[in-house]
Amino acid sequence: MLHIVNKSPSERNTLDSCLRMAKKGSTILLIEDGVYGATKGGVAENKLKAAMADIKVYALWPDLEARGMQDSVIDGIEQVDYNGFVDLVAADKNVQSWL
Amino acid sequence: MGFEINGKTYETDEEGYLVNLGEWDEAAAKYLAVEEKVELTENHWEVINFLREYYNDYQIAPAVRVLTKAIGKKLGAEKGNSKYLYELFPYGPAKQACKIAGLPKPTGCI
Amino acid sequence: MTESTGGIDMDEDSSGTIKKFAFVNRKAPYGTIYALESLEVVLISAAFDQDVSLVFADDGVYELKKGQATKSVGMKNFSPTYRALEGYDIEKIFVEKESLDARGLTADDLVVPVEVLTSDEIATLLDEQDVVLSF
Repeated sequence: MLHIVNKSPSERNTLDSCLRMAKKGSTILLIEDGVYGATKGGVAENKLKAAMADIKVYALWPDLEARGMQDSVIDGIEQVDYNGFVDLVAADKNVQSWL
Repeated sequence: MGFEINGKTYETDEEGYLVNLGEWDEAAAKYLAVEEKVELTENHWEVINFLREYYNDYQIAPAVRVLTKAIGKKLGAEKGNSKYLYELFPYGPAKQACKIAGLPKPTGCI
Repeated sequence: MTESTGGIDMDEDSSGTIKKFAFVNRKAPYGTIYALESLEVVLISAAFDQDVSLVFADDGVYELKKGQATKSVGMKNFSPTYRALEGYDIEKIFVEKESLDARGLTADDLVVPVEVLTSDEIATLLDEQDVVLSF
């Protein structure tokens, strides 16, 4: 399962819900304001790092760059472009968007 | 809407402002000036270039009083007043100078 | 503002009734339209020569983050416009310290010089306003 999160973790609890209900071995892609969750010093840093033992986390770099957050991404989070986004969607049998 | 010069087309909105800032060039400015019945002199170009620089720096077209103040700072007090700018652009620096410079209409101007 | 007044003779018209306005910005810049709308209202309000303060708190502090580059997402990067506010005589820009801390940011990460205030100080500032507009 690919989970897509597009809300800021300091504005909504979407990422929390996602982390609570995502199974081990699944994938999370952070896009739009969701990319704030991928940044060092942000409110989601510790939770996300803990989850990364079992879950692979990606962030969409055009959205990071738009927000000026490209230089503060948590180590271990892989950045993808729009083609990478498509590859992630194609790689999993289903997708859940946490709106 | 739009116009064409030497095979290059320029898209404009319903009020005649360029839609794409990047399409602007000297030829477009000269065309737009004719449309506005403004005869471009060096003094006009000074203001047009100033406006383009301002937009490049701040991503907005300045309000008239911000423009006059900034022009005064850069080009001297004798040019930093609305009388001077209205002499160059009788229908208003916002309406005419911004249009000729290829900028969108300034925020807050009706 | 209309072309004919140009804000030039506004002082006479408004006959000295200056009110304290605070614009409170609490949203990240691109996920919603709030941040851009707020900025446009601020620019328009500058024509009325009021006592304007801008407050950035919660995700609103992200509006001022340096290094925004929106070419890849095809949106307008309006962060440079905050640097134009000084020319509009809007110089009171306050940022909540707690919001910066929670996001691993400091005043050095922001595109304009700001005054960093604690939540308590922001509370006092907002209490002193005649009008508070929230975005």
